[in-house]
Amino acid sequence: MIHESKKIWKNYAIGLIWFFVLLWPLLGIHKDGSLTIGRAFSVWLYVLAGTFICLSLYTLHKNDILKWTGSPMAKAKDRVTAAAGALPNWFWVLLILTVAVLLPLFSHRYAQDVAINVLIYITLGLGLNIVVGLAGMLDLGYIAFYGVGAYTYALLNLQYGMSFWVALPFSAFFACLAGCIIGYPTLRMRGDYLAIVTLGFGEIVRIILNNWMELTNGPNGLLGIKPPGIYYPSFAHGFSLEFLYLKKLYLLYYVILFICIFTIVAVYRLNFSRIGRAWEAIREDETVAELMGVNTFRLKLLAYAMGAIFGGLAGAFFSARMRFVSPESFSFLESAMVLSMVVLGGMASIPGIILGAFALIVLPEVFREVELYRMLAFGAAMTLMMLFRPEGLIPAKRVGTRSEERGG
Amino acid sequence: MEQPILELKNVSSNYGNIKALKGISLKVFPGEIVTIIGANGAGKTTTLMTICGIVPLREGEIYYRGQPIHGRAADTLPALGLCQVPEGRRIFPRLAVEENLEMGAFFRKDQDDIRKDMAYIYSLFPVLKERRKQHGGTLSGGEQQMLAIGRALMSRPKVLLLDEPSLGLAPIIVQKIFEIIDDINKRNRTTILLVEQNANIALQTAQRGYVLETGSIVMEDDAEVLMNDPRIRKAYLGE
Repeated sequence: MIHESKKIWKNYAIGLIWFFVLLWPLLGIHKDGSLTIGRAFSVWLYVLAGTFICLSLYTLHKNDILKWTGSPMAKAKDRVTAAAGALPNWFWVLLILTVAVLLPLFSHRYAQDVAINVLIYITLGLGLNIVVGLAGMLDLGYIAFYGVGAYTYALLNLQYGMSFWVALPFSAFFACLAGCIIGYPTLRMRGDYLAIVTLGFGEIVRIILNNWMELTNGPNGLLGIKPPGIYYPSFAHGFSLEFLYLKKLYLLYYVILFICIFTIVAVYRLNFSRIGRAWEAIREDETVAELMGVNTFRLKLLAYAMGAIFGGLAGAFFSARMRFVSPESFSFLESAMVLSMVVLGGMASIPGIILGAFALIVLPEVFREVELYRMLAFGAAMTLMMLFRPEGLIPAKRVGTRSEERGG
Repeated sequence: MEQPILELKNVSSNYGNIKALKGISLKVFPGEIVTIIGANGAGKTTTLMTICGIVPLREGEIYYRGQPIHGRAADTLPALGLCQVPEGRRIFPRLAVEENLEMGAFFRKDQDDIRKDMAYIYSLFPVLKERRKQHGGTLSGGEQQMLAIGRALMSRPKVLLLDEPSLGLAPIIVQKIFEIIDDINKRNRTTILLVEQNANIALQTAQRGYVLETGSIVMEDDAEVLMNDPRIRKAYLGE
C-alpha cells in the first residue's frame, strides 16, 4: 500500500510539472515579447493546493485512515440507493416529465432558451445514437441531416408558405433521403474509413448549402421563416378557431418537447426491437451477423436513414425557432458536439444521452462567469471522463423487454 | 448412390491477393460428419468462408442440395439450412447469452418453435441456461464455444459448418465439445463439415476426411484409413 502511495505521489509530481509546462506559455508569454512567470505561477499554485487536498484525502482513504467518516457516508449512500431502487422506473420517468412540462412556469426566458437547446441536442444525440451506439458506425457528418431538415422547412415555408406541421414530415423525409444517398456508397466501408468518408460528406453538404446561391442564398442564409402555428378554440365571440403563431419562447419549448418525447419513445422502441438487436449484432461482429442471416448492408442503411430522420426533425424545429438558417450552423464542430454527447453520456443508453446533452449544454452556461477558461475546463472534463468512466455517465444496460419476449 | 448435400467443384478463391484455394473439390453426404484437416494457412477457414459467401469465389461451383449457391448473398444461407460456427467463437460479446441465441434464429418468425429450440440448446448446455442474462463476453472460452454452437443450432441447420471448435480449449473441454458434436449429428441427423487442426480428435469423430495443404486437397478417404496412414500419422498426429 505504501509502495502504491509513493507511485501515486510520483505521478502527481510529474503531472504538476507537465501542467506548468502547459500553462506557462498560455499565461506567461505576452504579445510585446516580454516573458513573466508570476501569473502562471499563481494559477498553478491554486491548482496545486486544490489537487493536493484531493489527493491527500484519496491517499488517506486508501490507507483506511478515513474509515470513520467513510462508513456513515457509505450507509447513507446505501440508504439513498435503496430508496431510489424501491421506487419503480415509471415514477422517475413521470417525475422528469412533470418537471419538463412545468418548467416554463417557474423559469425565465434565458432558462427556457437553454432548455430548448438541450431538447434539440437530445433529439440529435438520440438520432446519432442509432448510428453510433447501436449499429456501431462512427459518423462524423451527422449534422448534415440536421442541415437538410432545417433547409427543407425553411425553403418549403418561404417558397410555398407551407406550415411547420405539414413541412415536418417533409423535413424528415428529405433528411432520410439524404441519408440513403450518402449511405448507399459509404456504408460498404467499415471503421475508420467510414468515419473519414462521413466527415467528407458532412462537409460537402455544408459547402453545397454555402455555395448554391439561387436556392439557399449562400452564406447570407435565409430570413423570415415562420414559426410553427396552431389553431386553438376561442369562445370570445361564440365558438371559433383562432390561428396563432407560436412566437413565445415557452410555446416553442412545448413544440420541441413534443418532438423530443416522440424521439425518445421511437428510439426506445427501436432499441428493444428485433431490428435493434440486429444493429447491435452488427456493431459487435459484422461478419458473424451476416453469417447469422442479417442483411448487414440493408440494416446499416436503415440505421443511417433512421438517424437522419431524427436529425431532420430537429433541424426543422431549429429553423422554425431561429426563423433564420445559414450554413455556418452546420459545421463539423456541431457534429463533434453531438458525438461528444453520445460518448460522454454512454453509447446506446437513452438516459445517458439525455444526461450527456444536458451536461454539455447546461454546464458551459453555468460556467459563463469564467468564460475564459470554459474550453479548458471542457477539455479537462472530457479527458477525466474518458479516463474514469469510458463507458459513459450512465452505461447502457438492458432494462426493457424486447417486443417478441412480451409476445411469446 | 445418394446425392451429396454439399458439393464443391473445383473451387478457387483469393484471400486478399493471396491464392488461398487452388481448385478444391469435395462432397458431403447427408447425415455425415466430414472433416477437413490441415496445418495453419492451408486454407481451411477460407474454404468455409467461401462456402458461406463471405470470401468471394473466383472459380468453380458450390452446390447445396443440388442447387448452386455460389454468388448468393451470405445472409440468405442460414434460411436454407447452412450455418457456420466461425473460428475463434466470435460470439457477440456485449449481447446477453440469450440474445446471442436469438440472433441465431434471426431469420425465423416462428416464435413458439424458437422457444422450443432454445429449451433444447439449454438442455444440451445447461451452463448457458444459468448464464442466460450474462453478457457473452463474460463467459469462459469453453462456454463461448458452446454458445457459438448453440447459436448456430438455433437456425435449425441441415448442414453445420464448424471451424476449429477445439481452438484454445483445455483437452477435457475439447472432449466434451466433440461428444456434443457427435450427439447433434446422431440425434438430428445434422450433416457436419468440421475443420480442425487437431487431427486426432477430428478423425475420431468424423466418418470421412480430406487433407488440405496450401490450398489443395492432397488426400481424401475414410477417417479410419487416414488415421492409419503413415504419412498422416507423421505430419498431423505427431509420430
